[in-house]
Amino acid sequence: MAASIKKKDGGPGTPAESGEAIQIEGLHKSFGDLEVLKGIDLSVKRGEVVCVIGPSGSGKSTLLRCVNLLEEPTSGKVSVAGTEVTDPDVDIDRVRRGIGMVFQAFNLFPHLTVLENLGIAQRRVLGRDKELAERTARHNLERVGLTDKEDAYPAKLSGGQQQRVAIARALSMEPELMLFDEPTSALDPELVGDVLAVMRKLAKEGMTMLVVTHEMSFAREVADRVVFMDEGVIVEQGTPDRVVGDPQHPRTRSFLARVLDPAAAQLPE
Amino acid sequence: MNRRLPRRQRIRLIRTAQYGVLVLVVLVVAMAANWGEIQRAFFDVEVAKEQFPEIVTTALGNTIIYTVIGFAFGLTLGLILALMRLSQVPPYRWLAVAYIEFFRGVPALLVFIAFGYGVPLAFQVAINQYVTVMLALGLVGAAYMAETIRAGIQAVPKGQMEAARSLGMSQPRAMISIVIPQAFRIVLPPLTNELILLTKDSSLVYLLGLSLGQYELAKFGRDALNQHQSMTPILIAGLLYLVITLPLGHLVRRLEARTAKAR
Ligand SMILES: Nc1ncnc2c1ncn2[C@@H]1O[C@H](COP(=O)(O)OP(=O)(O)OP(=O)(O)O)[C@@H](O)[C@H]1O
Ligand SMILES: [Mg+2]
Repeated sequence: MAASIKKKDGGPGTPAESGEAIQIEGLHKSFGDLEVLKGIDLSVKRGEVVCVIGPSGSGKSTLLRCVNLLEEPTSGKVSVAGTEVTDPDVDIDRVRRGIGMVFQAFNLFPHLTVLENLGIAQRRVLGRDKELAERTARHNLERVGLTDKEDAYPAKLSGGQQQRVAIARALSMEPELMLFDEPTSALDPELVGDVLAVMRKLAKEGMTMLVVTHEMSFAREVADRVVFMDEGVIVEQGTPDRVVGDPQHPRTRSFLARVLDPAAAQLPE
Repeated sequence: MNRRLPRRQRIRLIRTAQYGVLVLVVLVVAMAANWGEIQRAFFDVEVAKEQFPEIVTTALGNTIIYTVIGFAFGLTLGLILALMRLSQVPPYRWLAVAYIEFFRGVPALLVFIAFGYGVPLAFQVAINQYVTVMLALGLVGAAYMAETIRAGIQAVPKGQMEAARSLGMSQPRAMISIVIPQAFRIVLPPLTNELILLTKDSSLVYLLGLSLGQYELAKFGRDALNQHQSMTPILIAGLLYLVITLPLGHLVRRLEARTAKAR
């Protein structure tokens, strides 16, 4: 499958003008009494790929969901492409058009075919006509290597195919940046590669990406920066070689020891 | 015979005994009943012939028309009530809850009587009978359908709304394009059940006061009963109700099987 993905240069979404794609300052988020994010500062440049790693419950999903306001921050400032999304006067629907989001559970629309899944927001939100919507949809299905599935319903697809359709659906809105929340965690191991291949290609094309993942080899290979989160704070961040290869903080070390091949941890020194 | 029988034999014995009792009851009733009288009362061929074709063209037709318009109005109102019930705005919720609790808690019979008296009092101008029927049947049906639809909307996974919103759809747009179509698939079987109930409730329409051409099955049957002193028209009316409700019941089972398979 990965072999059918052709390298495409240019395309929509211009790479690397200077400037911050995401700027987060002093972000706090509580659910009732539970403080999940305890002051996050993070910025992502245009064209940058940032991977967020960290133990379960550390607030990675919540952080991602605060960027497109699926969760309302308790305090702090979040700006996307220069627009402050935490400003109460901002038109959040307009901001969200420019932010693609890929969920762990795919969340395809089961009552629509693949082509309709990719078309509905283009038509209802961007006001495109059917023809343009379908043309864009087919173009993006080609990017994820699923041209032959346009008439299928999501239930007929494998998990890996569903996730690639979900990526194509987000791309069809021609977003400036993409958020991925553990896009391969719900997949059978043999299907993970196809999805990662699509993401790798997107990164190469210059897409700005904020990715929550447990795939350390992907993070090492693709990320410009790795952010390690624990208990609602960023513990350390830096290049993948530094954070994953040579972690400074003991919490990062113990997390990585658990995540990286557990068998390796038992080998004699 | 004090040796315990094997389990399978015991079950067979109990079952045989049950069938025996059933057959006995049927035989006793069959022999005790006055079949000649019953036939005269229920299967009077002359009376039966006289009911046709009006019992089909007028009465069955009206039953279907009343049910359909009542259902259409009830469904629309039910959807609005369900959305109000799920609204972030508290007064909408209160209003919907009050409505639903009231109309589910009061016998439909009373609602129809109130309508029959109230509407002519309230409106000096004559109101189209069909409109009155539609309102009365729909107002009651809406209360039940609202709860069904609300459950259906809540059964759509939260991720669907989130995916729609993250593509830039507004809340109402996501509801209309993504959540409600899925909710309706889920509630299609229970809604068809509502349609069956409404078909039978349409027999209360006579309380609104109807003229001859507006009789539906139940009223038509009772009129003929009084006229001929024979239960035959009632029997025919009952069978004609089944002509509507049995296929609908079958449809419900098919839809339920389909949903079960899709999970
Ligand atoms: N809507 C919510 N209401 C209440 N608590 C929530 C809600 N969403 C998340 N939480 C809590 O916030 C904490 C952080 O959750 P979050 O999903 O952000 O963690 P995560 O780092 O993504 O974990 P995982 O790796 O398991 O996905 C958890 O303790 C979780 O139970
Ligand atoms: Mg998570």
